[in-house]
Amino acid sequence: MTATLLPTSDADPFGPEVLEDPLPFHADLRDAGPVVHLSRYDVYAMGRYEHVHAALRDWQGFQSGAGVGLSNFRTEPPWRPPSLLLESDPPRHDAPRRVLAGILAPRELRRLRERWSAVADELVDALLAAGDEFDAVPKLAEAFPLRVFPDAVGIPDEGRENLLPYGDFLFNAFGPHNDLVAAAAHRAPELGAWVNAQCARDVLAPDGFGARIWAAADRGEITAEQAPLVVRSLLSAGVDTTVQALATVLHAFATHPEHWRRLRAEPQLARVAFDEAIRWGSPVQTFFRTATTDVRVGDAVIPDGKKILMFLASANHDPRRWTDPEAFDLSRDPSGHLGFGFGIHQCVGQHVARLEAECLLDALARRVATIEIAGPTRRHHNNTMRAWGSLPMRVG
Amino acid sequence: MTAADATRAGDALRVTAKDVAADGVVVLTLAHPGGARLADWTPGAHIDLHLPDGTTRQYSLCGDRFDARTYRVGVLREPAGRGGSAYVHDVLAVGDVVGVGGPRNNFPLVPSERYLFVAGGIGITPLLPMVRQADLLGADWTLVYGGRRRGSMAFLDELESHGDRVHVLPEDRHGRLDLPRWLGEPREGVAVYCCGPGPLLDAVESACAGWPEHALRTERFVAREQGAPVRDRPFDVVLARTGATVSVGPDRTVLDAVRDAGVDVLSSCRQGTCGTCETEVLEGTPDHRDSLLRDDERAAGDCMFLCVSRSCSDRLVLDL
Ligand code: FES
Repeated sequence: MTATLLPTSDADPFGPEVLEDPLPFHADLRDAGPVVHLSRYDVYAMGRYEHVHAALRDWQGFQSGAGVGLSNFRTEPPWRPPSLLLESDPPRHDAPRRVLAGILAPRELRRLRERWSAVADELVDALLAAGDEFDAVPKLAEAFPLRVFPDAVGIPDEGRENLLPYGDFLFNAFGPHNDLVAAAAHRAPELGAWVNAQCARDVLAPDGFGARIWAAADRGEITAEQAPLVVRSLLSAGVDTTVQALATVLHAFATHPEHWRRLRAEPQLARVAFDEAIRWGSPVQTFFRTATTDVRVGDAVIPDGKKILMFLASANHDPRRWTDPEAFDLSRDPSGHLGFGFGIHQCVGQHVARLEAECLLDALARRVATIEIAGPTRRHHNNTMRAWGSLPMRVG
Repeated sequence: MTAADATRAGDALRVTAKDVAADGVVVLTLAHPGGARLADWTPGAHIDLHLPDGTTRQYSLCGDRFDARTYRVGVLREPAGRGGSAYVHDVLAVGDVVGVGGPRNNFPLVPSERYLFVAGGIGITPLLPMVRQADLLGADWTLVYGGRRRGSMAFLDELESHGDRVHVLPEDRHGRLDLPRWLGEPREGVAVYCCGPGPLLDAVESACAGWPEHALRTERFVAREQGAPVRDRPFDVVLARTGATVSVGPDRTVLDAVRDAGVDVLSSCRQGTCGTCETEVLEGTPDHRDSLLRDDERAAGDCMFLCVSRSCSDRLVLDL
């Protein structure tokens, strides 16, 4: 069989309908076959767990160095210097990954837990003192990471309001140049310049993640040219993703009261809850890879140099892999979900995200017996992330 | 590489080829019996081989990381060894299945424009993928490779293609490696990598004394000589998760004491060189006796290797 016999779809995975509710599109994609040609962008798509999982591990066949967005760095210049982690392949990927993985390892994060728990307690206390109804997106999902993460990295207070729009633009920029990109493009140079300025050695507080990255450069584990780009990776990938992951787990509990009761009774389930929410809601929906040669997937051949869109979210809902995938279920073992990616590019900050979620859920669960949705919710459209713009909640 | 991705200890791989690479050196090729992809690795990484005779040994991966389906290791027959290498040489056959742990990398290649690689004998194995990688990256590199005789030096044919970047210096013709010639003059911006027998490592370490800090990186498979433990009286080890306390006397390892208390800690080399038994220290001051941690990591005191390290304080609280 040849590639021309592939199932084809002219649907737009970056159009407003799919961004509002991607599940029906994902189901069609999975049913159509292991590989589908998306004619609108001339890219290939994978939506089944088995194939997405295998492709994410296969860095030899599916490279990241040509960009993990629609833009192909083999033929187009990237809008910013490529990430040393996300947008690079072995061997160049090795040293930056190793350094960052060491700094963000669970053993290293343990010293943050006490402080982060205290911040979560304080934040939730203040919120509850102000009333029992609030918008969980700004008040919890955004507020908590913005309190703890920039401090942990060690950037100054000034300008932190740039982090969310920068992340939002970055994740939009992995998609096509649609309205979402156009609407924010005028701010990109300014936001990019601000983020770059935060990565300099003398701007970063001593002992934060940023300073530790520079210390690794002093030990020769990465070069002094690489250090600021590794810091940039933290600031790019560490904020919006966590915000949306927290929003997702809060939404999950607000719509599944029996599971909230269970979490209160068994607080150690916070970790499972977070990973299950990431499987269920998949804040990061997609990433691209590029074929390094003619790669065979099942009966299909993806030609050398073609972009492949990996639907992490679709894989996380593939009924071939998960029983009753649309259910948020604390009894499930969500291990193996692809919401953090997989393989050598699997999210290096996942332990940071888990610790944030644990601290926040713990603080809430100790104070709040019930959570429910208190008004119309609103999605925030982004080309890569499935995001919430507003989640009105009532707690009791 | 991630934990979920890694080949787990006890995973079984099949020996698909066993070739003589030099006098006293065999090269094993290993693959998953079902043809599955193996865990990713980086140059400098090693795997544990759990041999059917009950021994476990670490061997550096010396194959091609772009080939996800086979591992390759070189094994030197060590007449004075503990039997593992003799088993590999004399008993292990193509088709046999061996347990494999790892890969783990305590000897990673750092980015640099220039490298000087110094190999002694079988110490060439971790350096082999490193020189390939340095080549791939377009770095300027030199390999100095010493051994007893040409006939005892493995992979010479593979190294040949690199021309005069490689200096093959068998001892019977050139004498011992002339370290002052290669390392006498400290240079900025050169990463020096050395692997080989203990005396070579020690000699290279002293030859590099005047080099910039962190210029030299070494890997030891044989534990570094350690002085006497800081204390000879027993100390208490508290297992934070179970609340149990065990006393460790002078003739027991922390690893064994903790195991007796019913906590399963993975171990492999039992000599502080592989990193398998690393455990978090929550309180107390470890007496580090491993060959793995950097000075700053020792000073931090927040982890230890239970197979060899002991305690400076009366009490150690471990995250177990
Ligand atoms: S078992 Fe190898 S370092 Fe302890």
